[in-house]
Amino acid sequence: MRRLINQNPGKGSALLIGALPFILLLVIYLVSSAIRLEANPSDKLLPSLQSMVETMHYYAFQADRRTGEFLLWADTLASLERLGLGVGLSALLGLFVGIAVGTIPYIRSGAGPLLSAFSLIPPLAILPVLFIIFGLGETAKVVLIVFGIAPFIARDIALRVTELPREQIIKAQTLGASSWLLVLRVILPQMWPRLIDSVRLSLGAAWLFLIAAEAIAATNGLGYRIFLVRRYLAMDVIIPYVLWITFLAYLMDYLLRLLSQKAFRWYHAGGNN
Amino acid sequence: MRSKLFKLFAASLLLIPLAFSGPASAGDRTHFKLAWSIYAGWMPWGYAVDHGIIKKWADKYGISIEVTQVNDYIQSINQYTSGDYDACLMTNMDALTIPAAAGVDSTALIVGDFSNGNDGVVLKGKGKKFADIKGQKVNIVELSVSQYLLDRGLQMHHMTEKDLKLVNTSDADMVAAYQAPSTTAVVTWKPQLSTILASPDATEVFNSSQIPGEIIDMAVIKTDVMKKYPKFAKALVGAWYETMALMTKKDATATAALTSMGKASGTDLKGYESQLATTYMFYKPAAAVKFTESPKLLKTMDYVRQFSFDHGLLGEGARSVDAVGIEFPGGKILGDKNNVKLRFDATYMKMAAEGKL
Repeated sequence: MRRLINQNPGKGSALLIGALPFILLLVIYLVSSAIRLEANPSDKLLPSLQSMVETMHYYAFQADRRTGEFLLWADTLASLERLGLGVGLSALLGLFVGIAVGTIPYIRSGAGPLLSAFSLIPPLAILPVLFIIFGLGETAKVVLIVFGIAPFIARDIALRVTELPREQIIKAQTLGASSWLLVLRVILPQMWPRLIDSVRLSLGAAWLFLIAAEAIAATNGLGYRIFLVRRYLAMDVIIPYVLWITFLAYLMDYLLRLLSQKAFRWYHAGGNN
Repeated sequence: MRSKLFKLFAASLLLIPLAFSGPASAGDRTHFKLAWSIYAGWMPWGYAVDHGIIKKWADKYGISIEVTQVNDYIQSINQYTSGDYDACLMTNMDALTIPAAAGVDSTALIVGDFSNGNDGVVLKGKGKKFADIKGQKVNIVELSVSQYLLDRGLQMHHMTEKDLKLVNTSDADMVAAYQAPSTTAVVTWKPQLSTILASPDATEVFNSSQIPGEIIDMAVIKTDVMKKYPKFAKALVGAWYETMALMTKKDATATAALTSMGKASGTDLKGYESQLATTYMFYKPAAAVKFTESPKLLKTMDYVRQFSFDHGLLGEGARSVDAVGIEFPGGKILGDKNNVKLRFDATYMKMAAEGKL
């Protein structure tokens, strides 16, 4: 039947249809920007592509007048370091706590409610307290990320563990596996790809906490720069930075998916992406 | 059918940018908008709105004035710069680096006050001196008047920013930041400054009273609006100096007015009086005129534009300190004569002084 719901675009036209909204947005932007710039050539709200490219060229390839750093790379490095550390720690913590809570009933009874309560505290709300405990340096920023996403990862992993078919656990026990061996040989291997999924889902939140931490007190970083120049309405810096952050986030997500697909092919056999 | 759809599509595409474009300037306007934010020297505006003084003066000139209080100071300036506010309250440095640097021709209509101790540099520990700041991490709202204050302090003590490390910290978090054990130095303004100075280990080593008249708070108006609608400018100036006169009466109404301004800024009469003590208010228009016309203002603005250029605040595209022109009473100009975007103009304050409003 030629009903709308049965018509699929071909590969080429799918690409085109996918690109269309982006092109449309770009056109709207360019027209709006041109209108504003015609009224006021120094307008900062919707800068021209050219001025954004020039500013980014300066940020990426010229040493800054004051600090002598290449700002874009220095900011990117600082942010990725914090993000990597925060997400890495959260993943490890989430994996250990999640498996422990999911596997061992006593731990579940003991730590489960605490974990749930913890994951409900909005980390941004207790930021001033985090400052006073962890100072204003790098530690506080990493802690904010861990605080923000580790409970989510832990709960997710705990749920995934309890979802494992009961038969597997019983089978392993009939083959003589101890609790420790069961965790090591049955549960852990199956949790790796799920951990990657969980991390992918929490990346957005991790970026949010990173930017928030850098907005509040920092000497460098992508979020720092945005909040610094926000004061001067320097959209020629902010817009390219936001695009760059989006690209970095997309790249991370893509690499994690690739890793999962290469390393855990069994997990993706059923069509999981 | 298809071409019709396309036309509709094209038309709507052309309409969208209108939503982003500036204010419509067609026709004769009788409605004007002013944005302001909470600060010791600006509380009289809030009082003037609440007690009908603005309305009285607007009525006198047959216009209406919409006054909006914006929670975030910088947001109010950004709204003024990119949106449809006709006037906004801001400091001299922010007027140069935000609207003027963004090509919005602005005039300082009323010079209301200058910071005379409202901004300060604080070191943790008893008996500290300014020189002790060397090598420290300093929590500060970067690129704000705080940094200007710090730079002037460093200049006077033969140091530069290279001698310390700045940590950009939002003003809302400054008090919490000061409590953190690793914090040793902060630069901030009142009311946060008062809270920080109240802790026993805080020593104020430098403040804006040591650079008097350099951090100026003003009512800024778009130049084309002022020229085309002098009624609006007159109404604002009239309302302002009526409120000033009321504050200085030294009677029960003055006390009541000060109390209500204090409450509106989140403190009480005593707290507000202590803030006013470090704010040099130009209660009389004649004093403001004299300040605006004095050659010292030119020197101050020269410091301010040097600082702004050195820190990239005139825009990455600005290739020299002269990129943005500043005009002073009597036609003196600093910077590019063909790109004057910030003007100091005592005309309307003079009218107030001569009772011609």
